[in-house]
Amino acid sequence: METKVMNCIMCPMGCEMTVTLENGKFAAVTGNSCPRGARYAESEVTDPRRMLTTTVRIKGGLLPLLPVVSADVLPKGKIADCAAYLRNVVVEAPVQAGDVIVPDILGLGVDIVASRAMENVND
Amino acid sequence: MELYDVVIVGGGPGGLSAAYSAYRNGAKKILVIERDRELGGILQQCIHNGFGLHHFKEELTGPGYAGRCIALIQDKPEIRTLTDTMVLSVSKDKKVTAVNPERGLFTVQGKTVILTMGCRERTRGAIRTAGERPAGVFTAGAAQRMVNMEGYLPGKKIVILGSGDIGLIMARRMSLEGCKVQAVCEICPYSNGLTRNMVQCLYDFDIPLYLSHTILKIKGRDRVEGVTVAKVDEKMQPVPGTEFDIECDTLLLSVGLIPENELSMAAGVEIAPFTNGPRVDQRRQTNLPGIYAAGNVVHVHDLVDFVSDEAEIAGKFAALEAQGNLVPAVNTVEVSPVNGIRTCVPQVLHLPEGGEPVRLFMRAGAPDRKVTLEVKCGGEVLVKKILPVVKPSEMITLDIPAAKTALMHDKITVGLQAK
Repeated sequence: METKVMNCIMCPMGCEMTVTLENGKFAAVTGNSCPRGARYAESEVTDPRRMLTTTVRIKGGLLPLLPVVSADVLPKGKIADCAAYLRNVVVEAPVQAGDVIVPDILGLGVDIVASRAMENVND
Repeated sequence: MELYDVVIVGGGPGGLSAAYSAYRNGAKKILVIERDRELGGILQQCIHNGFGLHHFKEELTGPGYAGRCIALIQDKPEIRTLTDTMVLSVSKDKKVTAVNPERGLFTVQGKTVILTMGCRERTRGAIRTAGERPAGVFTAGAAQRMVNMEGYLPGKKIVILGSGDIGLIMARRMSLEGCKVQAVCEICPYSNGLTRNMVQCLYDFDIPLYLSHTILKIKGRDRVEGVTVAKVDEKMQPVPGTEFDIECDTLLLSVGLIPENELSMAAGVEIAPFTNGPRVDQRRQTNLPGIYAAGNVVHVHDLVDFVSDEAEIAGKFAALEAQGNLVPAVNTVEVSPVNGIRTCVPQVLHLPEGGEPVRLFMRAGAPDRKVTLEVKCGGEVLVKKILPVVKPSEMITLDIPAAKTALMHDKITVGLQAK
């Protein structure tokens, strides 16, 4: 039996959790204050994932950049590739909050969506 | 002169939440004045997620949170918003003078005023770092605006001074944009950011964190070429012989935030020590009758959710006062932070007959574990709360029920029980 101490990152509380592993597999967790913490702990020792927030270029908007967010967590090891891919994406205003900007990014099964609305200032 | 029930200075999350709360509590004419070109305040540049779990029960990005706040007040005939409008002065008698390109200079009269101007970053001048004045030294927030809203990278090889949340978030952001973040230096022996940001912004990207280290010198004449770093002792003085150089073209400063109170002070609002914001009561009224304050202008928060909660309190009581429905206070109680609690807002309670529910927002002086927070009055413990962990970077909240506040007189203390 092995234990790992980690801080939960699901919310700003940052609960300190102790995860118990048996034969390298997730067995139990203590120290979390909510079910989200338990899910994070299990995922962190088996398949660590992170949300991605970055920007894409936008034409015709109030700003030259549109903030975007992954609709769900992505494999931690693919975050840098996804960010690099999004650096070359260009969209056109108007955009509504929640609009899908890149569906199924890099075939990972997660959409990249707009974090905010941006009107076309030329309309 | 136009007359409003509530005039709100600042259209960030504080001002927007105050406006919505004032509307819900019956105010019929509300004005929100914002100096930026759009509403939402600093949230519009905080593109990361993690906002809203407390307030909206959902995890949102900064622009997402701002969008929610804006949606709540949009299309309400009771609420008017002005953007690109700079407030120049607020007077004791609640006249607010502002300027914008369409109307020029104008003054409006509020029955009540809520101050929600937020805070700004400390700069290089505030920390007196030696060296020439090369290009490439930015506050972390200024760099954040460039990278997330304007489309410029401030540099390629970055050192960050200060491990506050903005510094940590920018360490990740610059890494995602292909920059190399060489190091984060923190003068304190502990990080000043949220734990989750340490994990996902530094550890995930293998960025070294130097605790108890500071920057002695910024090198380079026209452009930053590097920094000289040294270890500091318990008194935060550099230890001779521990200096080393880190190469970089950009230095980002995340060295603290200052509530932005020039307007408050000019109006005659009393500023509290340590928080550097208006001294307020539990309704968020300042020492000036009818002038309220909430959010980062009162004390710097770590969660926008708490800014909204606090602004809703101010909005509610400002709206009640404007309608003549404020229950008068009969009991004044001073609130003093003691034993390990550094700051507490509100600093004073003005309680009506029978008391009123009060929420205290506090910061600890140093990190600790398994402590008991106590509210005492005249030697008697009124409320207790056991805290598994306290950190100066994470605000502590405590709700006191109305019945307990009815027992208070003269002065209460909030502090950690001696171990």
